[in-house]
Amino acid sequence: MRLIGVAAVATRVGGEVVPARAQMATTLGFHIILACLGIALPTIVLIAEFIGLRRSDETAMLLARRWSQAMGVLVAVGAVTGTVLSFEMGLLWPGLMSRYGAVLGLPFGIEGLFFFLEAIFTAIYLYGWRRLPGWAHWWSGMPIALSGIFGAMSVIAVNAWMNQPGGFTARGGKIVSVDPWQVYFNHAAYYEMPHMILAAYMVSAFIVAGVYAAGILRGRRDRYHYTGFAIPFVTGAVITPFQIFVGDTAARAIAADQPVKFASMEYVTRTSRDVPEYLGGVYANGHVYAGLRIPGMDSLLVGFGTGTRVIGWDSVPPADRPPVPWLIHLCFDVMVGLGFLLLLAGLWALYVWWRRRRLPRARLFWLLGAVSGVAATAAMECGWVVTEVGRQPWVVYRLQTTAAAATHNGGVLTSLSLVIALYAVLGAATIVILRTLARRWRQGAAPEIAVPYGPPAGDRPAREAAP
Amino acid sequence: MIAAAVGAILLASITLYAILGGADFGGGLWDLLAGGDRRGAAPRRLIDESITPVWEANHVWLVFALVIFWTAFPRAFAAVMNAAALPLWLAVGGIVLRGAGFAFRKEAHGIGAQRAFGAVFACSSLLTPFFMGTVIGAVASGQVPADATQARLAAWTGPTSLLIGFLFVGACGYLAAIYLIGEAASRGERRLEAYFTRRAQAAGLVTGALSLGTLAELHGSYPALFRNLTGRALPLVIIAAVTGLAVVVLLVTGRPRGVRVLAVLGVAAVIWGWGVAQYPTVLPGTQVTLSNAGAPHATLAALVVLFVAVVLIVGPSFALLFALHGRQVLRHEGAQVALAPAGGGRAAPGRPGAGTRAAALGLVALGALVRALLRRRPNR
Repeated sequence: MRLIGVAAVATRVGGEVVPARAQMATTLGFHIILACLGIALPTIVLIAEFIGLRRSDETAMLLARRWSQAMGVLVAVGAVTGTVLSFEMGLLWPGLMSRYGAVLGLPFGIEGLFFFLEAIFTAIYLYGWRRLPGWAHWWSGMPIALSGIFGAMSVIAVNAWMNQPGGFTARGGKIVSVDPWQVYFNHAAYYEMPHMILAAYMVSAFIVAGVYAAGILRGRRDRYHYTGFAIPFVTGAVITPFQIFVGDTAARAIAADQPVKFASMEYVTRTSRDVPEYLGGVYANGHVYAGLRIPGMDSLLVGFGTGTRVIGWDSVPPADRPPVPWLIHLCFDVMVGLGFLLLLAGLWALYVWWRRRRLPRARLFWLLGAVSGVAATAAMECGWVVTEVGRQPWVVYRLQTTAAAATHNGGVLTSLSLVIALYAVLGAATIVILRTLARRWRQGAAPEIAVPYGPPAGDRPAREAAP
Repeated sequence: MIAAAVGAILLASITLYAILGGADFGGGLWDLLAGGDRRGAAPRRLIDESITPVWEANHVWLVFALVIFWTAFPRAFAAVMNAAALPLWLAVGGIVLRGAGFAFRKEAHGIGAQRAFGAVFACSSLLTPFFMGTVIGAVASGQVPADATQARLAAWTGPTSLLIGFLFVGACGYLAAIYLIGEAASRGERRLEAYFTRRAQAAGLVTGALSLGTLAELHGSYPALFRNLTGRALPLVIIAAVTGLAVVVLLVTGRPRGVRVLAVLGVAAVIWGWGVAQYPTVLPGTQVTLSNAGAPHATLAALVVLFVAVVLIVGPSFALLFALHGRQVLRHEGAQVALAPAGGGRAAPGRPGAGTRAAALGLVALGALVRALLRRRPNR
């Protein structure tokens, strides 16, 4: 979806900025899924281990162990794809870094601190299963969960700052003073931070739940699969209503702070009162085709009254408007729609639990559960399209254009092609490896090869093989 | 003044990345050279077990150094990124392939897949430090103009840059072999100890020769840096030379005690020698210095505070990780299970020692502290 958007942008702007944006979108769109899992999966594993320790629940304990093994693979891929983004900040956007590096670098530095703690305690937790005693092992996972949240806050602080820059003084094109506190806790941070952290929890929870829902649909109706579904699904379902509330607050804040982005999200062509809400629909040549129009609804959502004045995109010259409003609008609608779908799944489970003290039996519920991971991930990606494409043509809102930030080096098209090929292989390999793990678990067998890249264990003692 | 402090912080981060992360790349180098499946099985297992729990944490030093660089010296950072874009892209590709290949190999099914992922891991472990070295070489030999906006092939393909690229590979292999001697010794694996001792000697000689070659090349091509290296940075150069010789002598005479510290000291001395030699310029050959390229005072002060926080919080965490790893408490699940096919249970040889118990106690204490803090909050 991102690539379509970027291709559409290509007609509007020339030079290296288009492949640079496409590459950033590809790498960020890929990494963000792993980042979500890095932020929230440890908490889900810790919940399972907590249940396992507290209730001596062997099933929950086994799930925690297996999830943490999958986490080992995902964290490794996330660490390296995250490093790619760090380099891309300079390699693709030298204009942004040379001008604003001194400002937006600070939250990244704080993120570095939490990245350290995350990596260190992930290692202790993942590889300490056998020989750290129960609760000591559980507590060694606590710093991972906490640093995941604080690390995410720091990275989101940068993105929020790009949407609502502040906390610095510039003179003659040079940054002369910086207020780190105001940079970190900028005006968009208070809604972007919780929105993304909750999104990370929803994505991780529903992805894990989806795996077990798919297993149950295939007839694996045992305690192991129901527990593996219930722990993450309940986590995700509890978070969903809060996420919808935060998202609603965020949309209202965007209407006030970044009105042109909001106008694209909601097809507000000109500033007026009694603005209609469009559900779906494609904007072209001044018309909205095929959308469901609800009169006055947008004004009502923005200011709790149909008389509310909403700023349209006619408030800025065409060059300062985001290039593809239909993409932004549809992504926004898909995100909100999927959020409500996930809310519905949670309410369904809650209702059945309230009446019958069990999970729903309807096949439709399990189908919904099986796609919940994909749905949450799609919603999160759509949200990023809204916030990133919606900020265009600016990279730092109203201060620096994306074109001014992009590299002048040629060959970005080459690196883009290579990155797409590499990430396709990387994504496929990650999924294959996770499926290999799952198959091995189902067979209940120990891995038959102990030594990497060597002969089977037990063939002969490895020590004697040394020259 | 504060800019110099942040410059030192940047150099310290690079040093830590070199002596921790560099050794992980070196492990990949020895994995590549370990031979066929059977012959290479034992060294590969040792390399794998040594790197597994620590490489991600070690890798963060790279990200941290990068962030310090762009925050403290944004224009110089952009210039380097522009001028040396190609080797940086290649290094980034290597980083992805190294990490993914290493993580996948462990879980891959069948020896064919393990071989493929292993080859990816090992080859990229060789290429990544090489390209990083050429970038450092380009900076050190004054090939990055202050206002670079275009990539220049010549910037990093000069003899100095290429030599430094090879020097990086050699130093990574040297450090890894030295660490692996200790790992083998702590497991009582005599054959592997001898195996890596031979490799450490070879890598030490190659790295030493490359260092001298680089110095000689600088004498001809970049005399300003050479003058400083043999001038105010001379004590550090001497430390590097003496420690390198001492390591080789100790290894030849079969007394490996202390070589780890000496090797680390030697590599650190080379890096700080470079830093001292080019002080106070950030980009040698230009007017970009620590004082005029630096970010505003508040940013630099915040970076100093951040580094102190990293030392105070991350330092003990690293110590805990290395202590647990050194006592072989941290094992990959899959390998562990396979080593004890029957019965499962506590598979590793020996029971947890006093250190393990102390670490476990520490973790429980940490937990209790967090719990107490969480409990206190509502009262405020």
